[in-house]
Amino acid sequence: MADEARPILELRGATVRFGADPALDRVDFRMFPGEVHSLMGENGAGKSTLIRAVTGALQMDEGVLTLQDAPVRFRNPHEAQAAGIATVYQEIDLLPNVSVAENIFLGREPRRWGLIDRKAMNARAKDVLGELGLDIDPASLLETHSLAIQQLVAIARAISTDVKVLVLDEPTSSLDLDEVGELFRVIRELKQRGVAILFVSHFLDQVYEICDRVTVLRDGRLVGEYMTNQLLRIDLVQKMLGREAGEVKARERVPSADAVEAAAFSARGITVRPGIVDADVDVAEGEVLGVAGLLGSGRTELARALTGIDRLEAGIIRIDQQDVHLSGPHKALSLGVVYSSENRRTEGLMGELSVLENITLGVQAQRGIFRRMRRARQRELAQSWVEALDVRPPDIDRPVKTLSGGNQQKVLLARLLALAPRLIVLDEPTRGIDVGAKVEIQNLVGELADNGLSVVFISAELEEVLRVGDRVAVLRDGRIVSTMRSTDLTVDSVLALVAQPDLLED
Amino acid sequence: MTTVDVVPEESTTWRRIAQGYQTFMSRHSSTMPTFAAMAILLLLFLGAEAFLRGDFITARNISALLLDNAYLLILAVGMTFVIVTAGIDLAVGSVMAFTGILLAKLVAGGTPAYIAVPVIILGGMAIGLLTGILVQYFDVQPFIASLAGLFLGRGLAYVVSLSSIKVEDPAILWLQSTRIRLGEWYITPTGIIALLVVIVGALVMQFTRFGRTVYAIGGNEQSARLMGLNIARTKVAVYVISGLCAALAGLVLTAYSGAGYPRNGIGTELDAIAAVVIGGTLLTGGRGYVLGSMVGVFVYGTINTIISFKGAEQSWTRIIVGLLLLLFIVVQRYIVGRTERRT
Amino acid sequence: MNTVIGAVVRHRLFWPIVALVGLIAINGVAQPRFLNISVRDGQMYGALITILRESAPLMLVALGMTIVIATRGIDLSVGAIMAVSGAVALTIIDNSPAPGSLGTVATAVVTAILVSLVLGVWNGFLVSVLGIQPIIATLVLMLAGRGVALLITGGFITTVTSAPYKWIATGYVLLLPVAFLIAMAAVAIVAVLERRTALGVLTEAVGINPEASRLAGVRSRGIVFGAYILSGVLAGVAGIIVAGNTMAADANAAGMFIELYAILAVVLGGTSLMGGKFSIAGTVVGVFVVQTLEITIIFLGIPPAQSPVFLAIAVIVVVLIQSPSVHRWARRVRDSWRSDTPAGEETKAEVAS
Repeated sequence: MADEARPILELRGATVRFGADPALDRVDFRMFPGEVHSLMGENGAGKSTLIRAVTGALQMDEGVLTLQDAPVRFRNPHEAQAAGIATVYQEIDLLPNVSVAENIFLGREPRRWGLIDRKAMNARAKDVLGELGLDIDPASLLETHSLAIQQLVAIARAISTDVKVLVLDEPTSSLDLDEVGELFRVIRELKQRGVAILFVSHFLDQVYEICDRVTVLRDGRLVGEYMTNQLLRIDLVQKMLGREAGEVKARERVPSADAVEAAAFSARGITVRPGIVDADVDVAEGEVLGVAGLLGSGRTELARALTGIDRLEAGIIRIDQQDVHLSGPHKALSLGVVYSSENRRTEGLMGELSVLENITLGVQAQRGIFRRMRRARQRELAQSWVEALDVRPPDIDRPVKTLSGGNQQKVLLARLLALAPRLIVLDEPTRGIDVGAKVEIQNLVGELADNGLSVVFISAELEEVLRVGDRVAVLRDGRIVSTMRSTDLTVDSVLALVAQPDLLED
Repeated sequence: MTTVDVVPEESTTWRRIAQGYQTFMSRHSSTMPTFAAMAILLLLFLGAEAFLRGDFITARNISALLLDNAYLLILAVGMTFVIVTAGIDLAVGSVMAFTGILLAKLVAGGTPAYIAVPVIILGGMAIGLLTGILVQYFDVQPFIASLAGLFLGRGLAYVVSLSSIKVEDPAILWLQSTRIRLGEWYITPTGIIALLVVIVGALVMQFTRFGRTVYAIGGNEQSARLMGLNIARTKVAVYVISGLCAALAGLVLTAYSGAGYPRNGIGTELDAIAAVVIGGTLLTGGRGYVLGSMVGVFVYGTINTIISFKGAEQSWTRIIVGLLLLLFIVVQRYIVGRTERRT
Repeated sequence: MNTVIGAVVRHRLFWPIVALVGLIAINGVAQPRFLNISVRDGQMYGALITILRESAPLMLVALGMTIVIATRGIDLSVGAIMAVSGAVALTIIDNSPAPGSLGTVATAVVTAILVSLVLGVWNGFLVSVLGIQPIIATLVLMLAGRGVALLITGGFITTVTSAPYKWIATGYVLLLPVAFLIAMAAVAIVAVLERRTALGVLTEAVGINPEASRLAGVRSRGIVFGAYILSGVLAGVAGIIVAGNTMAADANAAGMFIELYAILAVVLGGTSLMGGKFSIAGTVVGVFVVQTLEITIIFLGIPPAQSPVFLAIAVIVVVLIQSPSVHRWARRVRDSWRSDTPAGEETKAEVAS
């Protein structure tokens, strides 16, 4: 349907650099009117950077953006909006405390004698909502409606202007099946009207259901643009996650049979809605359990549930066959269960504090207020960990925020390891880290297991999970679909599990 | 086949009432706290009537209620604007004192009222502007920025005069001494000023883009910015408005007491904040009504009146208001906690 | 040598101490009497000694405020707690048959401190258990507290005569004012508590990043609770001293605005209102600066009632210095001086996160 038409929006050679590595590297991208186009890629692939470049939230270092064949340059999102590019974000960027009609028209309200004409505004809102097939009271407050409806109101706001390109950023993450159906109906309506729609989502089924075209990014580079009816799911996932040249062998290390039986740490029926439902996990001493799954499959939710950060709605955790109640991080840490957050800057390290202070914080918190570590002991502890993990530069008095990502991760690990834990859950420990440091950390995980630690290793990169893990649990949509020995898995088979759940039987 | 719908009379009426209630709630749920305040006010009236043996609810008392608290009413309107943007203005009491005594001094020195009044209004707005600029353009927390305003206002009040100055200017005195009667009810120009401020404030908040932007900032500042609303100008403007109201309150209070007094208004900003919160405005911003703040002022005033009727210590007013404030805040927190957990 | 000077200048306390010395110098030049210290009847006299003595209440309150601010909180009720404390103490003495006895005074003091502790627990409960914003939570007590104090004194300004009690506020030991020694003792105790135990670093962690601290296993709730209790108790001691100064419990005026002066002193001393790293030494210097500022104003012949204008200016200057937008602007100016890089480069790095 889009063969003859000219693209309404085109991006050529887009390059954005934050520091040394480019977030976007000479990416081409185009959208056609009346088409739904999906942007796919894992965390860090550059999706959000691309969207921000297109919607005026970001200035590109290189590259040309053209709208309707005319080059444009947006200095802020408002200019992009004025030009006809509207965005509906995942976190609804509307006002919960005012009415639906106001949310649609605020900034452009109909006025009479200088005052807002409420009646006219409500009437016009009703019309716009009607176009989307929505029959809600325009005078009602936005927050009285479900997220699904709020999203549609955001779309209503977008189409109440002369919109040419509509960007939907993860619109279905919080919707149930019926609501998704409603949304898709609206999208098809808009297609008819000739609006070009950018649909960003990690739900493969939905992408295949509603999108005509898909662009895949990986590590900031364009992998390719394809029509969805010409691309197999499994191929799509493969392109997103990438493969290294040649077949990647899973780990050789095979844990002894009884080690698996006598799992030091086991969890049953772990449920924290809506992220993770009814998950069973076992990790033996000296074992590395890898966790694989796409974005949104429940990886972090599982990690937080297992380590007492979030309260369990259902489920039991056992350490050494004893039931434990992890009432909070302090309790979990005291039992030797530690967690390394994927947001190491906001939930892990304290940037302004020194390496020393960050490393000793965990131990000090466990010792309590009255058992302060002597200065010398603190320095000794920090120094020994800095050496053991090869933190560079090995200056324990430097503020942690001056370190590179890889070294920051090592400092966070040092804090956790200084507690002599029994189970360590690592959530995306190699994210945003250069290749050299990645390998160091992967090797470190192996060493930890060799020393008797139980490790849960979560990562979006499949080769990494297979290389590092002894067994791998595969997550999909909040459930564990399979847990198998990594020697019995290949990247292809995991891809298949992740892409289509009913494909692979044990 | 025909189906006969036998619908009993009651159920349609009930259904319509339920429907109406639901529609009302979905449109105006944030008025609930204000209704709670009104309920409290009603309870106070009835309670006082019962305990003080039917001498309380009289036209005279209610008229006096408005006039005795006119200054607080004006302050509360300005404070509502600021708090709905999730800010706070601690300077209003001091600015009220400063403008009040400045007015007294100017007219005592021979300046005609029609010049002196605009001067003090500009003075109040200037201090508000300072606060607003600090908050918006220098990222200073509203608490600290208005703290500077509080110090400034109080100090300037004493710079104008170290002791009170009596007002003899007939124009100013006219504001308070004239009584417009309607049967047993009466009102003075100061009362009319206060009511006008309330009406204008309410209209602006509900029916102008500026007013809706104020709500937008309190609801979600980021979204409001993305919608293209002028955040910077609005945020500065609410503090200017608060300063303006403080100046008007200074005028009203000076007329009411017949003198300017530099020690006026110590702690009054807290009374204003309490009245606004009790009236249903959330300190976290985004919700609240000028009319609700008016109810809050009347609650404060009624408590005060009841206490003086009973001949009890004035201190009880502040204690009760403090406890009421706490109650409202805890309830607000509970409700906010519920909605947060839902999403 | 260069680096030593550089290190000294960059030290957090440098500018506050410079300000303090500067103020004293101005006073010394304007009124040479200012620097005189004389000794009579085993007591030191002089403007400088007056500063030491009169700074005691503010020192105590600012000390507690420092810890509360470090947890990213604030305590607006300290003035009210002072009023209550003074009212309790003097009322006990007033109602006792032996107002001059040590026993009565001891009872009065201990009771007042206990009451202040309870008020601190109240604040701590609202903030750390109910999760109410500190400004709002302590606002309640700020409003209601003075009322309570008025009730205790029965609406009057209770005046009592009690030599031992008065000695607390106006007496001297070893040539120095007792009040000052009490304040210094409190500073020493809190400093030891914060720095010799792990309380200080854990408090700072809570203030810097409450969520990351929680994940790291820090018991944030207890630490925040404790901060408000400490603030309450210190305010109670301050209230006892203030009441002792005049031997009158003025529930309305006692500690009026002191929370604001305390916040100013803490901020002057280098502790950020955003919480995290705090400096007790900085607060001590900050208190002396504020106190000296007050005296300077008096010495310059300005009526003390007008001094708030200068405090307003001080607040604005301090706040501007600490303002991130001023830092950004200054950095941009500095960068464009250093090289020819246009100012726009900064913004991109900030957008990426």
